[in-house]
Amino acid sequence: MNKRERRRLRLGLAFTGLWIVGIGTFTAWPVIASLYYSFCDYSILKAPVWSGLENYRELIHDDLFWKSLRNTLFYAGLSVPLGTVVALSLALLLNCEVRGRSLFRLFFYLPSIVPMVASAMLWLWIFNGQFGLLNWALAPLLAPFGLHPPAWLVDPLWAKPALVIMSLWGVGNAMVIYLAGLQDVPRELYEAASIDGATGWRKFWHVTLPLLAPVIYFNLIMALISSLQIFTQAYIMSEAANGNGTVSDGNPARSTLFYTIYLFTVAFYDLRMGYASAMAYVLFLITVLLTWLATRAARSRLQHLN
Amino acid sequence: MLAACCLSALALVTGGVRARADTVSPDGKVHVTYWDKWISGYEGTAIETTVAAFNHSQARIVVDYYITSQIDRKTIIATAGGDPPDIAGLWAQNVSTFADAEALTPLDSFIEKGGLTKEQWLSRYYPVFARICQHGGHVYAGISTPATMALYWNKTMFREAGLDPDRPPRTLAEFNDDCRRLTRRDPKTGALAQVGFLPQEPGWWPWAFCCWFGGSMFDGHSVTLATNPHNVEAMRWMQGFTSQNGLSDVKTFSSYFGPWASPTAPFFTGKLAMVIQGVWYDGYIAQYKPGLDYGVGPWPEAVPGVRDFGMAEADILTIPRGARNPGAAWEFIKYVNSSNPQARTRDELQGAELLDFLQEKLSPLRVWSPYFAQHHPNAHIAVFRKLAESPHIVCIPDMGTWWEYYREILSAFDKVRLLEATPEQALAYSQERLDESWARYRLSLERHGQAANVAAITPP
Repeated sequence: MNKRERRRLRLGLAFTGLWIVGIGTFTAWPVIASLYYSFCDYSILKAPVWSGLENYRELIHDDLFWKSLRNTLFYAGLSVPLGTVVALSLALLLNCEVRGRSLFRLFFYLPSIVPMVASAMLWLWIFNGQFGLLNWALAPLLAPFGLHPPAWLVDPLWAKPALVIMSLWGVGNAMVIYLAGLQDVPRELYEAASIDGATGWRKFWHVTLPLLAPVIYFNLIMALISSLQIFTQAYIMSEAANGNGTVSDGNPARSTLFYTIYLFTVAFYDLRMGYASAMAYVLFLITVLLTWLATRAARSRLQHLN
Repeated sequence: MLAACCLSALALVTGGVRARADTVSPDGKVHVTYWDKWISGYEGTAIETTVAAFNHSQARIVVDYYITSQIDRKTIIATAGGDPPDIAGLWAQNVSTFADAEALTPLDSFIEKGGLTKEQWLSRYYPVFARICQHGGHVYAGISTPATMALYWNKTMFREAGLDPDRPPRTLAEFNDDCRRLTRRDPKTGALAQVGFLPQEPGWWPWAFCCWFGGSMFDGHSVTLATNPHNVEAMRWMQGFTSQNGLSDVKTFSSYFGPWASPTAPFFTGKLAMVIQGVWYDGYIAQYKPGLDYGVGPWPEAVPGVRDFGMAEADILTIPRGARNPGAAWEFIKYVNSSNPQARTRDELQGAELLDFLQEKLSPLRVWSPYFAQHHPNAHIAVFRKLAESPHIVCIPDMGTWWEYYREILSAFDKVRLLEATPEQALAYSQERLDESWARYRLSLERHGQAANVAAITPP
């Protein structure tokens, strides 16, 4: 390395040094340390004691671990495809040449920048059995069939679907990305399809969708990762709707005990940081696995596009 | 991964914490940092007034009060980081867990320095509050605001149901009968319009209902959730409210309920005629349903001969491990856990009585001053005092896994009231989990060299 290169290196390090120290201290080291703690009996204030694979073995036999995982996968399995369809549909509608299009885009994007806690409080009222907007709309539709709208957040059967419905509130971000993707679809392809006699649906299926595939893939992966980490809305709504208010356990009847809520409870109520670290790593591996599966499933279509 | 990062970032800053001498600031005073949860309203004003009274009572120490939400979790994190407050206002549920986690400073030496033995110090409290302050033979806490729970009933609803509004149910049989008479349905739709009682409102203490029926949670060595038949009996009683009124109807009905401390709470809206609530409830009634015609009385007799069953809780004051000014912190805790037993005017109230008078709660101390006893703002304070004195009053068991235990009871309670399991099945499932958890907890204490703690809880 000559003098000039050394100077360039020093300059580069000067610019990136702060970031390197920051990420090393607050990300890299904690990630490595928590891997170590996942093999320990550790409760923050006392020194960690090595316990080998005990935490991981216990996870296998822990009913609540599996229940929280099932709840989370149920939520992800419904909210990710539903959110994708809704976000894409909205993007297609907002891509149409209509008067006030910018205003519509603004209105549909706005909910996604509302803080999650505020949204959760709002949805608590929407799902309220007596005063809720949703049941106010559903009741007359169900009445002719002799049915009543569900009690949503106080009913173990409907609490998770309620959270899935609420997740649609935040599709604005994905919608904007789809909108950007739609701008990139060459117009000549639509013109060529029209000349070939393609209708709106065929154009969407054979032109729009294939060209949006990379964007859909990106949004799917992001949605999958965030849905596996669902916490705030479930934490607030399940507690507020079921009145316990002192401890989070995915009320009612653990129907909304999602993975991160269980992890948080184990870590910060039971002070079992080693076990919580093991749970964090298992979630990481599950996320990697599902992302890999999604990538594998999308690969052929993406390669075809390339 | 984010969770892993957070956990490890906490661990990174752990260590190097130990009790130390008080630090004198440039103004010549010791500034004590005090975190507690009282935000606003009369409860917040009460603690601020008490802090101000302490600061005026001497010239050496200044207590700086900081409102802190999620106080228990923030305290443990700050303690792990080596920068805890001097005083943390926790809950009774935290004592055992935090003490076993070595997050708290024992107060024994401070008490002894003051010229009292531990026993003398504790004998000043009602026994149930003395129990709350201790774990493993050490005193870890002082009481800030004590509470006992009683039966609240809506006199108007009693009157409308043809019941004597001034005579609450005295036995469980009367209670159940009153509940039936107080339950009404909409004549058109058949939906529940009001009920006498629902155990899930507010749903905080299903364990206390078990104790009310003569059950127990812990025998000092082992979990007794499913092994005590009275617990099963209590759960069956709780399930009865769903099975008698219909699961679907109860779900729809209870989905109408607003939060317990809001104008839409069912007791305030006339949907629920009776509720078990704490001494604080009078203040909330005054705030959210002024003019409500209600009464407060003891729990009905569920076990023959036990006419003064009660349940107690408390907010506590602790000194986290590594606090910068433990000596000065103790002075404040001592102040809040003492009183002027001769007080005959409002201005003469001190410490516990000043705080609890302003919070409209009872004093945890056995001796009440004439002014506190006779001019208390809570018209029903005598009921709560009598319950505090009762030999049959219960509090949470002294065990470090209580949070987990509590969640299991709530889960069992949910399964039972939602008719997802029989009481026997629900409790057996929870017992199995809790037995495992309790064994693991003992193992963890052993691993960390806390032999004394293990010996205290190991089955003989």
